[in-house]
Amino acid sequence: MLHIKDLYTAVDNKKILEGLNLSVNVGEVHAIMGPNGSGKSTLANILAGKEGYNITQGSVSYENENLLELSPEERARKGVFLAFQYPVEIPGVNNIYLLKAALNAIRKHQGKPELDAMEFMNLVKGKMKLVQMNKDLLSRSVNEGFSGGEKKRNEIFQMAILEPKLAILDETDSGLDIDALKIVAEGVNSLRNKNRAFILVTHYQRLLNYIKPDHVHVLSKGKIVRSGGPELALELEEKGYDWIN
Amino acid sequence: MSTNTENFEDLVKKEYEHGFVTDIDADTIPPGLSEEIIVFISKKKEEPLWLLEWRLKAYRQWLKMEDPTWAKLDIQHIDYQSISYYSAPKSKEDAPKSLDEIDPKLLETYEKLGIPLDEQKMLAGVAVDAVFDSVSVATTFKQKLADAGVIFCSFSEAVKEHPDLVKSYLGSVVPAADNFFAALNSAVFTDGSFCYIPKGVRCPMELSTYFRINASNTGQFERTLIIADEESHVSYLEGCTAPMRDENQLHAAVVELVALKDAEIKYSTVQNWYPGDENGVGGIYNFVTKRGDCRGHNSKISWTQVETGSAITWKYPSCLLKGNNSIGEFYSVAVTNNYQQADTGTKMIHIGNNTTSTIISKGISARHAQNVYRGLVKISKNANNARNYSQCDSLLMGDQCGAHTFPYIEAKNSTAQVEHEATTSKISDDQLFYCLQRGISEEDAINMIVNGFCKEVFKELPMEFAVEAQKLLGVTLEGVVG
Ligand SMILES: Nc1ncnc2c1ncn2[C@@H]1O[C@H](COP(=O)(O)OP(=O)(O)O)[C@@H](O)[C@H]1O
Ligand SMILES: [Mg+2]
Repeated sequence: MLHIKDLYTAVDNKKILEGLNLSVNVGEVHAIMGPNGSGKSTLANILAGKEGYNITQGSVSYENENLLELSPEERARKGVFLAFQYPVEIPGVNNIYLLKAALNAIRKHQGKPELDAMEFMNLVKGKMKLVQMNKDLLSRSVNEGFSGGEKKRNEIFQMAILEPKLAILDETDSGLDIDALKIVAEGVNSLRNKNRAFILVTHYQRLLNYIKPDHVHVLSKGKIVRSGGPELALELEEKGYDWIN
Repeated sequence: MSTNTENFEDLVKKEYEHGFVTDIDADTIPPGLSEEIIVFISKKKEEPLWLLEWRLKAYRQWLKMEDPTWAKLDIQHIDYQSISYYSAPKSKEDAPKSLDEIDPKLLETYEKLGIPLDEQKMLAGVAVDAVFDSVSVATTFKQKLADAGVIFCSFSEAVKEHPDLVKSYLGSVVPAADNFFAALNSAVFTDGSFCYIPKGVRCPMELSTYFRINASNTGQFERTLIIADEESHVSYLEGCTAPMRDENQLHAAVVELVALKDAEIKYSTVQNWYPGDENGVGGIYNFVTKRGDCRGHNSKISWTQVETGSAITWKYPSCLLKGNNSIGEFYSVAVTNNYQQADTGTKMIHIGNNTTSTIISKGISARHAQNVYRGLVKISKNANNARNYSQCDSLLMGDQCGAHTFPYIEAKNSTAQVEHEATTSKISDDQLFYCLQRGISEEDAINMIVNGFCKEVFKELPMEFAVEAQKLLGVTLEGVVG
């Protein structure tokens, strides 16, 4: 479903990605690991359509479309979801209100009728259990005053409601204690199915104890330097990132 | 007083001796301002002598006053002799014949706000023959209010029907010579609203001037007087969200509120006068004096305003906290776009003991617009235990606009607690991207973020008004980012 070919990007003339290749098939879970500053968030942001990155070379196709030509909201409506590494706070905007607007925008794109408040709340109740979301967080402003763990859980909760086809999780595991990590992992596992693909961006392998990836890739200096199965993550954990250089 | 009355009678006599030049039956008088013109207005409105005298006194003081100098506003000189100070309701010949003659941008806005066609015509000043349903609606309201003993009528009517009330309260909050524009208004005001809530009465409905629009064109010098007697409560809504056109460029209104012991007045405004086109041509100048007097103990006055219109807005709804334990509040959203300029804020004057004031001001500037918050918190020497909390937040959209905050604090009593917070922010790319990444359109995203910014103010508005205000904000700021 996703094919990244020979991707080069720069920000303010600083080269970040340098010839990245990656293919993800529907139903697969890919883990991308790499040291800080290797370009993991950059890759995630480019896939989601964030402005400010200069793509100097390469192509990205998603479901046989040129992904790079689509606006961020079009990508989202076509099923691309990014769980942010640092979810932003939006004061005064109700968390659940934003989510309802998002879901209805996506449904509208899919030609489905919008959900009314009742239908939406029923959906919300079910998904809240999945990630053990605190009810109070629903009516608070988006991410405002949320703890690190609550922010990450909120991202997974949004993912569960929006049911994307391609979910990219940017270091959703960092900053979580082990209980929160398990909850997030369970959320992801329960959403895992043959119609959905995941890209898990992570610095540590411990998340992969709970979510078993189909493929593991190591990103270093802007390109994928090694790919393999789950065992690669363990090896990396053991030998450290210096090992790949 | 009495000597003045003689003067006045002399004057009237003199006018007649010399042959009063202006035809009393005329619907419009020629431009210019003089005592003669004021006598004409007062006669035309069949006013009692004391009121004419009051007007003339204001006029004489106005003559001695200087045109205000503007700190942050860029205003062309106004020629007060070129304005016509009285015109009867517009003759149909002058009015636009159909919506085809109206600025298409304005019509587009009406569409977006979902305003019905008939109302669009009315707001745009198109001559219409149809009688609106609202006449009967208004009658029903009137009955309900009368049953509760509430007086709610036009200012002219109040002068005729309730002269004692008007006489004892008019100018008691905003003295005739308070400032340049208040003095001008006092001399030449043509109409406005009057409201009296009797002792112990909770007004049975939100008082809205909205349904009055059809009835009267209150003109450019509007006068409002609201009196809440002891233990009464009233919520008053002024204005409407639809942009209103008016050929009068200068508007100088005066609003006076009086809250007696244990009374509460909540005054909400949505101001959306025509701001001019995107080059700033043709907009309204809006110079308003609004002041509330918490005269009794435990009284409360709360101002909430959403200002999106006018080329130039100059207003500082204020509270005089005279009664012990009285409370003053000011919640404001001021949006400026294109070449609009706004200089608004509030004054909280703490006089009684244990008085409390809260100021929440949200300024939004887009494109080339300038937005100024100017606030004064004054704690008098004898006001013990006064408390104030002020919060002024500015949101900038684009790099050519500006926001300026001038909080003045004068505390003459050492027991005062005054807190001030101010922030300036931009809609961040990260916030916008977050919304877009969830599938929300840019327009909706901006709308959401801006409304979030204004939330603390919107929640003070009556429900339907809040919904309209949110919609209005979206329409006003459409397309400013990206
Ligand atoms: N907007 C930016 N401007 C300048 N440099 C950037 C920007 N975004 C990322 N970088 C740089 O690109 C490199 C990769 O960053 P990032 O993708 O965030 O790495 P990772 O997520 O793997 O830690 C880093 O050296 C970072 O400093
Ligand atoms: Mg990162």
